[in-house]
Order: sequence, then C-alpha cells, then structure tokens
Amino acid sequence: MTTVPVPYRVTAASAETADCVSLEVTPVGQALPGFTPGRFAMVYAFGVGEVPISVSAIGGGHRLVHTVRAIGAVTGALCRLRAGDAVGLRGPYGVGWDLDAAAGSDVLVVAGGIGLAPLRPVVRHVLGHPGHYGRLRVLIGTRAPEDLLYREELAHWRRAAAQVEVTVDRPGPGWRGSVGLVTTLLDRVDTRPDRTTALVCGPEVMIRHTARALLARGLPAHRIQVSLERNMRCGTGHCGHCQLGPLLLCRDGPVVGYHRTRSLLAVREL
Amino acid sequence: MIGRDGLTALVEVLRARGYTVVGPTVQDGAIVLRELESAAQLPYGWGVDLEAGQYRLRPRTDGAAFANAAGPQSWKTFLHPARVRQWTAERVDGELVIEADDTPPPRFAFLGVRSCDLRAVAVQDRVLTAGPHPDPTYRGRRSGAFLVAVECTEPGGTCFCASMGTGPAAGPGYDLVMTELVDDAGHRFWIRGGSPEGTDVLAELPGEPASEALRTAAVHAVASAAGRMGRTMPDTDLHRLMAETLDAPRWDDVASRCLTCGNCTMVCPTCFCTTTEDVTDLTGNHAERWRVWDVCFNLDFSYLPGGPVRASPRSRYRQWLTHKLGTWYDQFGSSGCVGCGRCVVWCPVAIDITEEAAALHDWTRRAEDGAS
Repeated sequence: MTTVPVPYRVTAASAETADCVSLEVTPVGQALPGFTPGRFAMVYAFGVGEVPISVSAIGGGHRLVHTVRAIGAVTGALCRLRAGDAVGLRGPYGVGWDLDAAAGSDVLVVAGGIGLAPLRPVVRHVLGHPGHYGRLRVLIGTRAPEDLLYREELAHWRRAAAQVEVTVDRPGPGWRGSVGLVTTLLDRVDTRPDRTTALVCGPEVMIRHTARALLARGLPAHRIQVSLERNMRCGTGHCGHCQLGPLLLCRDGPVVGYHRTRSLLAVREL
Repeated sequence: MIGRDGLTALVEVLRARGYTVVGPTVQDGAIVLRELESAAQLPYGWGVDLEAGQYRLRPRTDGAAFANAAGPQSWKTFLHPARVRQWTAERVDGELVIEADDTPPPRFAFLGVRSCDLRAVAVQDRVLTAGPHPDPTYRGRRSGAFLVAVECTEPGGTCFCASMGTGPAAGPGYDLVMTELVDDAGHRFWIRGGSPEGTDVLAELPGEPASEALRTAAVHAVASAAGRMGRTMPDTDLHRLMAETLDAPRWDDVASRCLTCGNCTMVCPTCFCTTTEDVTDLTGNHAERWRVWDVCFNLDFSYLPGGPVRASPRSRYRQWLTHKLGTWYDQFGSSGCVGCGRCVVWCPVAIDITEEAAALHDWTRRAEDGAS
C-alpha cells in the first residue's frame, strides 16, 4: 500500500557537511523496488513526520542513499540518525531524469547546493556506461567551500574523465577556485548545443537563471531537464500541495522538461 | 413511481440491506447530511433561499423533500472524510512496526444525491482512485456506496449546473434516480434503477408503473429547472481562460475582498486537498499518521524552507480558481467545478465564482478588442 511506510534501517550515516548527512538505508523486510535517478521517497522520521527526498545513490541489496540537509523538524531528526536506527520509506514516486533522451549526447550536469544529491546517481550512471554518452560535465555551485558535497567522489569523477567545475558564493581563506553564480561556469565548458542534454537541480532561482543561460547558448528547452521542489505531503498525487500550474510535481515531476515549465516558472507565486 | 410511503420503504430496505443511510435533514437552521433512521427525517416542506454569502431555510407549502438545492455539506464528508487515521507505528526494540489502519469502511447509502453532487463524486473518483496509487480510504468507502440520485427541479439563486453541463438532469453513476413531483395528483417520485442492485431495491418498494403523463411532467420539471438557474458561468473555454489570465488585474481586485478563510474549499464537493499530522503518545513509542483536509488558502500549504511559494492572498485565490476551472483539466481530465454554488453561498464576503470568471472573460475580450 503506497500510503504506508515500509521499515528500513540506517546502515551508514555520514556527515557530508556541517548540515548535510547521507543516510544509507537498507530494507528490514520487504524492499521498495523501482528507484531510478531523480525519483524520490517519502522518508519518515519516527513520530516527527515525512519529507520527500530524492535518491542520491541506488546500491545493490536494495540499498538506497538519501542525502538530507537539516533545515526543519523532520530533516533535523533524520540528520540525527545513526547507523542501526530505524526509518520508514514510501515510494518510489515521481518521474526521474530521462537518461534515454541523453543517450549519445553530451551530458551537462548543473547543480546548486544540495541539488547535487539527486544528480549524483546520474553522474555515476553516465560514468558507468562509457560509450553510451558523449562528454560529461559537472558544474557545481555552492554557498561556501565547506558546503561542497561528495568532495572525495568529485576527485574520482575527475579521474574518470568528467570535467568537474566548482564555484562558491562566499570564498574562504585558501579558496583558489571560482567565485560567483553557477552560470559563470558555463563559460568554462564549450557546449555543443545541438548535442547536449542538460540536467539541472538546485534552488528555483538558480534553475531559472541556468536554464535561461543554456537557452542563450542555443540549447533547446526540451533538452534541458530540471528537478523542481514543492511542498509534498503524499507523493501519490492526492494531497494537492505540489501543484505548479497544470503539473502535480510528485506525479509529473520532480524532473520535468524545461519546455513544459519555462512559462510556469516565469509566473510569480504560481 | 412511488409515493412518500415508498420513500419510507426505501430507507427501511436500504437499512435492512446493511447500509448506513445518509440523507438531508434539518438541523441548526440548515439542511445537513446525516445518518437517517427513517424517511420521516427528510426535510419535507423546507426550501432554501440562496444568495452570495447567504443561506436561509424557508418553509414550503407543498411538502416537497428535495426542493432545497445544495446544503453546506457534500458527500465528500463521508467518502473523503475530514480526518482519517492512515496508519499507526510502534517502536519495539528499535524496530518500526507500521500497520495500515484497517478499520472496515462503512457501507453508505446516500439518499438524495443531486445531479451536481453526482458529478462531484465522479470527479473525486477520478482524482482519488484513477491514478497509479488509488487512495485506500476513499476506494473502500466509495466501492461499497449505494447512490440514490435526485434530479433537480428547484435550483437555488446561486446554482449554475446548467452552464457547467452537470445538471439539472442526473448523469450516470447512480443506483437509483428519482424525480420529485408535487402537483394536483399528489406527492410522487418517478424512480428508476441505474444498476442491478438498484433494480433489486426498486423491486422491493411499494409503487406502480409510472404513467406517460408522470414521465412527461417529470422531464418537463427538470428541463424547466435548467432555465431557472440563479447564476451562469460565462460561455467560454474556461480551461483556456484560466491559463491566459494569470496576470489579470482582477486578481488584485478579488484579493482585496478575499479573507483567505478557505470556506469555499470546505464546502466545495470536489476540493480534495489534505495535509498530514504525525502524533505520538507520552511513551514516545507509539505514533500515528492522520490525514486531514487542507486548504490552499493557508500559508503553510505551499511552504518550502525558503518560505511559502504563494505568500500573497492574490496568488492563493488565483491558485484556487485556476485549479478549479482550469488546471484540473490538465491534471484530471475534467473541470473541478460542478456548478453547485456552495462556494458562492458560504463565502463570508460573497465572492461569486461566476462573477470572477466573467470578469476575467471580459478582461480578455477587452484586451483582444484593444489589440485589434
């Protein structure tokens, strides 16, 4: 029954940054099949509540990883969990990244902050299927150097021939990298607009600016996939909270082609 | 054809078949929906005066039971209840044991489902059970329900089902349908079956075959009701109108009147939005998930860590109206409005959905005139 959580156990909890934790969870009994990059689960912290979290890794043995940023009661409770603790999971819900549409083309991943989490399985998938895709570029914008997620893994991605570029809003002492919006990184990559698929996730304002910059570089809107966030209570299309105009983002998203969302995102407070 | 004694028998037969019979009755100065023990509780001889922001009972001299238009509740109160416990969770030795609430659903027989509300049930069927994750609470209650529809012969001042194409004649989906007639020949109901079980129930009622004259009179009464609607929705493609008017100045106008109280969503027979409440007991080892009706006019409704997406009353009223009349088509393949007029009646500041739609329609026409 898709309204009742299934028990999972935290098998690893690792702090990624000061306020982000990656929870590796494993089913106690029955597993939830069908997770793909970009889809999400409703993750239940016992007695506190549920939040929608995209998967940040899909492992063997029905293991899943959710990277959670502590910003409220539920995410705070999830970030305090330790290995051995129990959680509930429902899902998978929604539409994930359309990687079939990216086959044969360059893949341009653009992430803002925690938006890198739903994109990590994409990068792993692309690196795991050499020859299926063209060049892989990963552009990451984050608040400060210490907020950068998956630092060790980024190094691995670079070694695996992905171009990885990072920019920060607030450079600290010793930061020698780029400073500014993630869109500034677009100038560092030579994009082939006729053969690139862009996958974008981050704060909505970052998504809008990135998509606009990609359009300006000649990418067609339908080759830009964006993952959007709205309040969600059910995940099953019944609570009405995740509406973005005609879309129910738990059902029609969270990943949607920019050609379907461009005009919607342009309306204030839609 | 049955008389009042037939209606009495209908309630008895349905109760004998194990149904909880729910129908209209007078309570607290309104016609409310409640469990009926007998047909004597029906609002015989009561009509209603309906206007924007106004609902008043009015005695009728003809003794009619169903000549009183939509009341404050709709059948969603029973099919999609305001509070539902979805599951309970126990923490036992660090393990979670989560169990769906398995309370057997009540078996309802709804007596007096108006044409607009019959369509509203069909709309909620689509929203809550047609997708890949049918809602177990709604499905359990809905699948066992027996629907006795009643065609509308006396629309209220706020009714506009005729212009929404949802009445006053009853559409499909009923088990039985009645048309009430009160004239020189007496108080009678032309009743027809719409399902095998409906036909079975009908066979148990004291009655006689309907005469040609009675049928003609009933059809005429329903047809003439279509011409006596107190309100009319503008005759235009509302789906398109809503998509094209997101920047209309009318939203500021209506926002200056709207209190964002959400009454319209509570009384709307199709509004389905819910939120969740997680509760624990004092031991901290027992938790429950409750689902409760929610209101898109609440700030919390669109809350994200950065703040609510729809902070202004303007955006929240626009969300309600454009969803109801427009994006509902995109999401669920039909309009979300059935023309019952409840939102007009129960709005404390008398905002009228037909007037707002007409104002948006006028705005687009003026814009087109200006452009040409």
